[in-house]
Parts: sequence; C-alpha cells; structure tokens
Amino acid sequence: MSSTIATEGSSSQTTPQGVDPDSYNKDPAGFLRQRRGRYGERVAMVALVGSAGLSVLVTIGIFFALLVPSLEFLREISIREFLTGDRWAPTFADASFGVLPLVTGTMWTTVIGLLIAIPFGLGAAIYLAEYAPERVRRFLKPVLEVLAGIPSVVYGYFALYFVAPTVLNDLLSVEVGTFSVLAAGLVLGIMIIPTVASLSEDAMSAVPQSLRQASFALGANRMRTTLRVVFPAAVSGITASIVLAASRAVGETMIVALAAGTQAQVVSSPTEPGQTMTGFIAQTATGESSPGSLTYNTLFAVGLLLFVVTLLMNVVAGSIVRRIREVY
Amino acid sequence: MASLGAIATAPLKAKREGDKSAKSIVFMGVLWFTIFFSVLCLGTLLVNAFFDGWTRLDGNLITRYSSTVLPETAGARAAILGSALVIVMTAVLAIPLGVAAGVYLEEFADPRRWYNKIIEVNLTNLAAVPAIVYGMLTAGVALSIGLPRRVVLAGAIALALLILPVIIITTREAMRAVPREIREGSLALGATPLQTVWRQTLPSAVPGIATGSIIALSRALGEAAPLLLLGGLVFVSYDPNGLFSGYTVLPIQIYDWVKEPQLAFQQVASAAIILMLGLLLLMNAVAIVIRNRYQKRW
Amino acid sequence: MTSHTYSTRADSAEDDHEAAPRVEVNRDTRRSLPPDPKPIMECDGVDVYYGDFRAVTDVSLGFGHNEITALIGPSGCGKSTLLRSLNRMNDLIVSARVEGSVTFHGQSIYGKDVDPIEVRRRIGMVFQKPNPFPKSIYDNVAYGPRVTGMKVSSMDDLVEEALTKSALWDEVKDKLKDSGLGLSGGQQQRLCIARTIAIRPEVILMDEPCSALDPIATSRIEDLMIELRDEYSIIIVTHNMQQAARVADRTAFFTALAAEGSGDRTGLLVEYDLTTKIFSAPADERTENYISGRFG
Ligand SMILES: Nc1ncnc2c1ncn2[C@@H]1O[C@H](COP(=O)(O)OP(=O)(O)OP(=O)(O)O)[C@@H](O)[C@H]1O
Ligand SMILES: [Mg+2]
Repeated sequence: MSSTIATEGSSSQTTPQGVDPDSYNKDPAGFLRQRRGRYGERVAMVALVGSAGLSVLVTIGIFFALLVPSLEFLREISIREFLTGDRWAPTFADASFGVLPLVTGTMWTTVIGLLIAIPFGLGAAIYLAEYAPERVRRFLKPVLEVLAGIPSVVYGYFALYFVAPTVLNDLLSVEVGTFSVLAAGLVLGIMIIPTVASLSEDAMSAVPQSLRQASFALGANRMRTTLRVVFPAAVSGITASIVLAASRAVGETMIVALAAGTQAQVVSSPTEPGQTMTGFIAQTATGESSPGSLTYNTLFAVGLLLFVVTLLMNVVAGSIVRRIREVY
Repeated sequence: MASLGAIATAPLKAKREGDKSAKSIVFMGVLWFTIFFSVLCLGTLLVNAFFDGWTRLDGNLITRYSSTVLPETAGARAAILGSALVIVMTAVLAIPLGVAAGVYLEEFADPRRWYNKIIEVNLTNLAAVPAIVYGMLTAGVALSIGLPRRVVLAGAIALALLILPVIIITTREAMRAVPREIREGSLALGATPLQTVWRQTLPSAVPGIATGSIIALSRALGEAAPLLLLGGLVFVSYDPNGLFSGYTVLPIQIYDWVKEPQLAFQQVASAAIILMLGLLLLMNAVAIVIRNRYQKRW
Repeated sequence: MTSHTYSTRADSAEDDHEAAPRVEVNRDTRRSLPPDPKPIMECDGVDVYYGDFRAVTDVSLGFGHNEITALIGPSGCGKSTLLRSLNRMNDLIVSARVEGSVTFHGQSIYGKDVDPIEVRRRIGMVFQKPNPFPKSIYDNVAYGPRVTGMKVSSMDDLVEEALTKSALWDEVKDKLKDSGLGLSGGQQQRLCIARTIAIRPEVILMDEPCSALDPIATSRIEDLMIELRDEYSIIIVTHNMQQAARVADRTAFFTALAAEGSGDRTGLLVEYDLTTKIFSAPADERTENYISGRFG
C-alpha cells in the first residue's frame, strides 16, 4: 500500500474512542447517549443559522437606513408636498420638494423600456420554448446571458453615444437632444429583454407536454398551439416576468443617470430630457452633501420611495409565482 | 401584435393545419425578428464600443492615472487596482456568508417553520432590491456607527450584500444536485449532519458554487450604482493601499469619463469599457470551464 | 455454503389453491434455532406516519441476535419505512413520525437522551441502490471510522479487514486509490457493505441490497450475509422470495390493508416465524398466497 494512503489512514488514529461492543452491558441506560460534546458542531451550526438570518437583518437594515433620514426629511417637508408637488428643486434658492417630476421621469423610462422588452422578450421566449432546435438554443441562450451580464454603465454609454445620436437622430430622424427619456428608455428595454425572455421561457417550458399534444391531436398547428394553449397556460408566469422586469427598470441607475438627463421636470414627451428617482440619487450622491443636511435627507426620502415601489412590485411578482407553483 | 391577437381568438378548426400556412410563416418571421433584434443589439453595442475605443487600448490605459486635463493619455490604473481590491474583498465577505446561509437553508432548515419561511421570502425580495439601495444602506450604517464611507471596505460590503442572494441561491442549487443517497450513506455510517455536509455534500457542490460565485462576482465588478455614495467619483490619482483607503473602480471611472463632453474622454471611456468587458468575459469563461470540467454527473 | 438449494415445484397445478407453497427451503446451515428469537432489537406496537398518512401500524416483533431476519411483502406495505425507523433514518424525512417503541438491547432508540448518530453507528444500513461516495475505495471504507472518531491502531488494517470480510479485497487490493464509482454494481454494493462493517455495527439493515444486481453478484452477497451472520445481526428487506428462503433464519410477512374511511393503505405485520415454517407451513392464508405467488 502506498505511503500517501498510509499517512491518510494514520492521521485519524489520534482521534479518541471507538465503539465499545460491550458498552450496553456497562451502561445499559445510557449507551446510546451522545458520547462527544460536539461543541465545534454547535458553534458551526450557530454560524450557519446566523448567516441565513443575516439576510433578514439586511432587509431590516435597509428599511431603517432609509427610514431614519426620511423621517428627518418629513419633519421639514410635509408628506403632501413631497408626494403631490410637481416641482422638484431641492438645491435651488427657492427650494421645492414635489417628487412628481422624478416619478414621471421613472414612469417614462420604465414604460418605454417595457414597450421594447415585452415584445422582444416574449418573442425570444416563445421561440426558445416552442420552436428553437437544440443547436440554436445553445447559441441563443448564451447571447441572452451575455446581454444580461453587460454592466449598466456600458448600456448608459451606448444610449448616450450611439442610440441618441446615431439611431434616433440619424437613422430614424427623431429629434432628440443629448439627453432624453426616449434614448434611456430604449436602452433600458434592451437591458431587461433577458429578464422577460428567460423567466417567460421557464413559464412556458413548465406547461405540460400533454396539453400541447392534445392541441396537436385536435389538428392545431404549432403557432395556434403556442398562442392558444401554451401562452394562456403560462400567462401568470409571463406576467410575473414582466412585473419583475419593470421593477428592474425602475431601480436601474446608470443608464438613466447618463442618458436621461438631470433636469427634473414633469416630462410630457419622450423626446424631452428628464430625471428619474435613481437619476436624482446618483446625481446627489456624487456631490458633496453633508450628512444630516436637508439635501442628504432628501436623497434618502427618494430612496425610500424607490425601495417601497420596487418592493411592492416584487411582492406582486412573487405572489403570482407562488400561485403557479401551487397549480403544477 | 394586434394581428397576433386576432389569430389567437380565431376558433380552432378540426382540420389539420400545416405549419406552412401564410400566417404561420409570418409568425415565425416575427419570432425570428425578435431574436435577431437581441443579437443585433449585442453586436452593435460591442462593435460600437470597440470602434470608439480601440485607439486608446494602449499601455497608458493601465499604467497611468486618470486626469482632468489630459484625456489623451489618461489611464485607469487606480480604477483597475481599486476594482481588483474591492472584488477580492467582496468575495471574501460574500462567499463564506452566502455558502453558509445556503447550506443552512438547503440542508438544515425545516421549511415549515415560520422563521425559515420569512428567510425564504426575504431572499427573493432582496434579490430584486435596486443596486443603488445597497449603497444607501451601507452609507447609512457607516455614518451611524461613525466609520468612513468612502473607502474600499464600504464598497466591498455594499457589493457583498448585493450579490449575497445570488450566492445563496447558487449554493442551494449546487447542494440540491447532490443525490440524496450520498447524504443517507454518510449518515448511516454514523456521521453527523454537519460532517455529512462538510465531507460529502459541500465538496461535491464546490464546482457549482464556484461557477455561480464567479458569475456573481463578475456582476459586482461591473456594478457602479451602489458605489456612487461610497467613494466613487473623486479623481483618484494614487493606488488604493488598504481597506480604509480611498479608491475608485472601473465602472465608476467609466461613468466619470462618459459624463465629460470631450471626444478624448469618450475614447478612453470606450477603451476602459473594452477592458472591463474583456475581464468579464474572462471570468465567465473560467466559470464555464469549471462547470464543464469539474461538475459531477450523477 | 454452496448447496442452498431450493426448488420450485414445476408440476404444481395452476388451479390447485390448496397446493403447498412453491418455494421449498433446504438450507444446510443446520442451525437449531429457538422458536422465539433472543432479540437484539424489538418493535412493540410501532406505527409510522408520514404527516397524517399512517404507512405502518402496530408492528410488534423481535429481531434475533446473530440471526438474519427477512422482511417480505407486497410493494408499498411499508417494509422500507419500518426498516428506516430501526436506525432513525426516518429522522431525515421531515414529515415522518414513529410511535410505539423500538428498543435496542432493551433501550428505546427514540428515547429523550438518545443520540441518533450513536444509534446509526451501532445499527448500520445498506441501501437498495449502491451508493459509494465519490472518493477512493480506501476512503469509502475509512470514512465511517474517521467521522465517528474510532480509535484504530492501523487504518490500513481496518480497511483490509473490512474489504476482506465483504469479499472484495482480492478484487480491489491493487486499486485502493481508484474511485469507488468505477466499480461494477455488485462490487459497489460489496464496497457499501465493507464501509458499513468498518465501523463495527451490531446490526446491519439492508433494503433490497440485491435488487440492482445480477444473479452472480446476488449470490455473492447472499454468501456474504451468511458469513457475516456470526458477527452481526442482519435485517433484510427483499422482494425475492427465494432469497429470503435461502438466507433468512426468520421471516416476517407484511401486507397493506386499505383503511375503512380513506383509501390509504397501511402496512401491517401478518406473520412472523422461522423461515422454514413460513415457507413450509404458513399459519396465515395471506402469507401462503403471497409466497406461492398468487398475490402481490
Ligand atoms: N418519504 C415519504 N413520504 C410520504 N410517504 C411515503 C414516503 N416514503 C414512503 N411513503 C409511503 O409509505 C408507504 C410505504 O412505503 P415503503 O417505501 O415503506 O414501502 P415498501 O414496502 O418498502 O415498498 P417497496 O417494496 O416498493 O420498496 C407507501 O404508501 C409510500 O407511498
Ligand atoms: Mg422499499
């Protein structure tokens, strides 16, 4: 026998105690009790539980980190002015704290993004789930993964220096300036295509094969089966994917910070520049705002609004997903 | 899309329809177009970055610091070193915590207990919290305990929290792929549940965990938003030298340059983008190699 | 150990329900066994539940010291469930619950102070599907002694001894460092037996250990069981009537009955006796029907 094995074997010889075959005679009442304290194991177990519990702590931490400065903010600005005011100018001499301009900015970019991501994401999902031969899938899935893995600052660059000047101005003759919610929204849409595509594909792939076969047996072709059988059966999963994608669009920062502009105004046309909630946070965060100041607290008030909105969307998506799991 | 709706509501005919009908072919065409669009966007984005930036893919990019006045020779040296330091720290923080939490949830947690249910629901929600919120959390906590927030450690903590849910989910999936028979075999030999995890399940899950962790770290490498509050955007012209050092990272440096109007900044930004995408590609390639080479098939 | 012959009566009339069972027992072990076992383990009024579903009810029997006990019965009657509750493997299934008493040397294994780890060290288990760890053959065998902190003067000797006892040593002695997964199915199962006996348990539970094996590998494992009987008490679940007849000292026959209200089928013990008795003169008609192949 080789030496490595011998040393491996001998390493455990130092460990104490073996099974004493006669132990039940010596200790008829207690021979099945725990022999070693296994204190190390208890410590390890506490560490495991603690790590899992940490995630709850993070959520609580987020909530309080956002809430405390927000309450400070609300001591100076009424919640009514904040939520219903339509002028956002926190740093001006005649400061105003109506968040509606930021909210409409976010809505514009998100809606434009969804207008891109829903058709293209769903088309890709249908193709991948129902049509694509294995070889094509093996090429397309990585393309979507790469698309999902591109950092958003790169998308921001793309929106600012390619989509706005080249695609919108030159190719499509749309009059937009350097910054517009249109350019930001379009690129945001490209970014969330993979979210819609992969989650919807999962939902459609989960539709039982028997449903498709029943449809084929009735003489329906593939297109009809897809649209009338698979799609309706997967509709809640698809809805969830869209809600999740929307939540990502709402929370996305770098694209809108670079391409949508920094003018907080109630946007009335997609070709206008505008500022989103995340865009405001990015702009203010990079400036020097001293902690405790109103500007700093404003940042967190907007952050809290953003967190609450995305959380609600995620909870909705999550409950849809959970309902599907119960069905299948 | 309107025409698709019309097709969808048309009554089912009992007669067998072929896949070669005009409608079907149009439908296929639409699907093909949607796929083509995604591929086209990806291609355009990459080609565009390359054409803008290839002239600046030179030695200066990695050896020189950034400069406000000399964009033609500015480099990303501080950002590259900063990214390396931050990502290593992120890995050190996030992987042990994420793996431990994943092991607990997959191997020990009784899913019927209310606290474990809370952890589960919480995780899915955390995974979808906007990245910038993690920056605000870290900034807020650092402030309230009186620690500096514009330092490497703060950035690493924010990114670690950001990717923690991903690592937990990855770990769980990798553990779940290990067959039950292995666990039972180990327990039947008198091993404790923890010994079973440590000596059997976890080692078998390592390739899967490594793959997922590298992909999560590559996401952290490209993430700028949470770091805007935690150090970014000060023009850094020194090498970061520790956990409490000021720093910048590649995506922040890119953001910074993209915002400058001069063409020369746009070029160096593109060059840095190419560099960053190259790094991401490398990390993903490593992850895929690990997955294909070391993943056990049962 | 070569002449455990058995025969099925080829001439038994198909319609003759009164015919003697087809399996005849001719074991030349010539053991004179007492009518009642000297039990190492005992079940008394054992019920096993999965959630609200009662899989096994009211099982009472004693497993003899240094004997082989076979558990037979139709699929789904709860044999595996009962077996897994004998070394607390059922603890791993969150919904599983055991009522009644299971004792080992007179001590309840579900008692309050009892450590399930300690129970499993003394009551080993071999599974239906061979499940070697993705480690070397040597490490597979040394795993149990290592994790249980067994004091061994030489691990190499222990590994050799376990592999020899499980009749695998000659086949693997030159490739101890190769992966256990590289062995054939029968070899893998013997490796799992070696792994189990390396921690020197007193009882070995086997759940259909041969169902994934060919006849030659099966007969090797059967020979092995009879050899191991002198040192260990063995409880084996099997669907193979001949196997029970060949190796078991005693046999317990279970069946499943539908509960009145729900359609749930609950397993119960029909008859437990010396194997010779079960296969030659079963007391219960259901046993007779089952072993003669008319039921199940
Ligand atoms: N983990 C489990 N959860 C719920 N019910 C279970 C579980 N395992 C087994 N059962 C149920 O308990 C009953 C007994 O199953 P068991 O596996 O013990 O039967 P068996 O006699 O071993 O059958 P076989 O001969 O097919 O192996 C069956 O009705 C089965 O569906
Ligand atoms: Mg069974």
